[in-house]
Amino acid sequence: MPADRASNPGATLIESFLPASAAGIVELLSPAPVGWGGTLLLGLMHSLEIAVGATIVGLLIGTWGAYGKLYGGPVVRDLFAVYTTVVRAVPELVLILLLYYAGTDLINQVLTAMGYQRVDISGLVAGIAVLGFVQGAYSTEVIRGAILAIPQGQIEAARAFGMSPGLLLRRITLPAMLPFAIPGLANLWLIATKDTALLAVVGFFELTLATRQAAGVTKAYLVFFLAAGVLYLCVTLVSNFLLGRAEKWARRGMPSIKEAR
Amino acid sequence: MTSETAVIDTAARASLWLQPHRIVLILIALGLVASAAYFMRWDWLPQYWEMGLMGIWRALWILAVTCTLGFMIALPVGLAQAAGSIWVAAPAKVFCTIIRGTPLLLQLWLLYYGLGSLFPQYPWIRESWMWPYLRQAWPYGVLALTLSFAGYEGEVMRGAFAGVPKGQLEAARAFGMSRWKIFCRIWLPQAFYRALPTLTGETVLQLKSTPLVATISVIDIFAVSSKVRQDTYLTYEPLLLLALIYMAITGILVFAFSRIEARIPVKIG
Repeated sequence: MPADRASNPGATLIESFLPASAAGIVELLSPAPVGWGGTLLLGLMHSLEIAVGATIVGLLIGTWGAYGKLYGGPVVRDLFAVYTTVVRAVPELVLILLLYYAGTDLINQVLTAMGYQRVDISGLVAGIAVLGFVQGAYSTEVIRGAILAIPQGQIEAARAFGMSPGLLLRRITLPAMLPFAIPGLANLWLIATKDTALLAVVGFFELTLATRQAAGVTKAYLVFFLAAGVLYLCVTLVSNFLLGRAEKWARRGMPSIKEAR
Repeated sequence: MTSETAVIDTAARASLWLQPHRIVLILIALGLVASAAYFMRWDWLPQYWEMGLMGIWRALWILAVTCTLGFMIALPVGLAQAAGSIWVAAPAKVFCTIIRGTPLLLQLWLLYYGLGSLFPQYPWIRESWMWPYLRQAWPYGVLALTLSFAGYEGEVMRGAFAGVPKGQLEAARAFGMSRWKIFCRIWLPQAFYRALPTLTGETVLQLKSTPLVATISVIDIFAVSSKVRQDTYLTYEPLLLLALIYMAITGILVFAFSRIEARIPVKIG
């Protein structure tokens, strides 16, 4: 058996994982320096930061885009149609690579052309901008559909009372579209948390990359990837619970879906 | 413009679509494409196009296999959740939640690095006929993408199975059909029609997931573009072409599915 193992590096690689009994696994995952739990939690924090930032950017772009698509002139409408179609047709991974390199390169070229020094754009900002741009295309469609679902009379009534467009947006359109938009936006938030994993490919330190590093050093691949899976799953389940509450709150005063059928 | 459009013939519809501002926009777009073709470097194309076609073929092959297998797994998963007892419904629900709750990249790496590093220690696996396959990367990619598609589509099929009106199934039972016959003739076709519009979206999403297999060293079209970028130090050209290729494939997929959808009777339920 020993000779067999020496001939196969894979077997020695596994060997360090297999004897890891429950105690060994706890030690590997402990947040103290011996274990890698702290690294994973730091990665999770970075992932959540990016997901929150990207969702906020996406919501801003989405609201703006939905307004442009619904009330904009013909040119604005067509431009937003091109934006949503192209972003939704190209894989996120390709978009991230393209925007990540192109975006930082473009900003630096503009800066040098204007006589400033080149700046090093942090991965966090770049990641938020890139994922936010992608999220924006999806939330444009969600919010557009939600605005269309508002009973038209409500908006007409607000106009009849002489509300300015800004006040109309803040007081009527946004609150009234919320119950229709929340299921779609909840989906987008879950997609955002999972899309942060793609930033591992461009070398941004988030949960998936942290996991891969920890697994690569300790060779305990299964332990760490399963642990990261549990962390992602926890984020999803907690979000599901909170978003369910939020939807219930936004729907208050409206007939329940079952009765409406 | 709303009520008349129904009767306008195709020529008039084309002129309606081709408004002046659209012509300007199309001209600007053509100008952008032309300047990209003229000012950017494309001299690497002759050297790599064969490899690129191979990569496209591989990506399409992975897409077709994983969608077919995934759909076949999604049927029992959806049926178990829609009509099964709690003993089959609960595992199916857990499967869907886990697949939909974790990133595909993580699942892929878990299977490739985790399982892939677990297998070699069992001598009987290394001596079995599966070993030549298990040593390669693509089975793990296909497995991860299949499970992912099954998880997402299983949830869709649950809704589709549950959405078939009860009266239809009761009528079939009243005619004395066996359970298998009811499933094949009544339940499955109607559920499939209901799921078809979402199936288009899921397939496009699956296409957009295929480049992930490049991270475990499967040479698909994404990996080819990465190789071009490494070899030529060009950043934008390969990526722009790659985006164009994916857009073209997406367009073809959406068109094909819309043709299939058009053949299906519209009024259901």
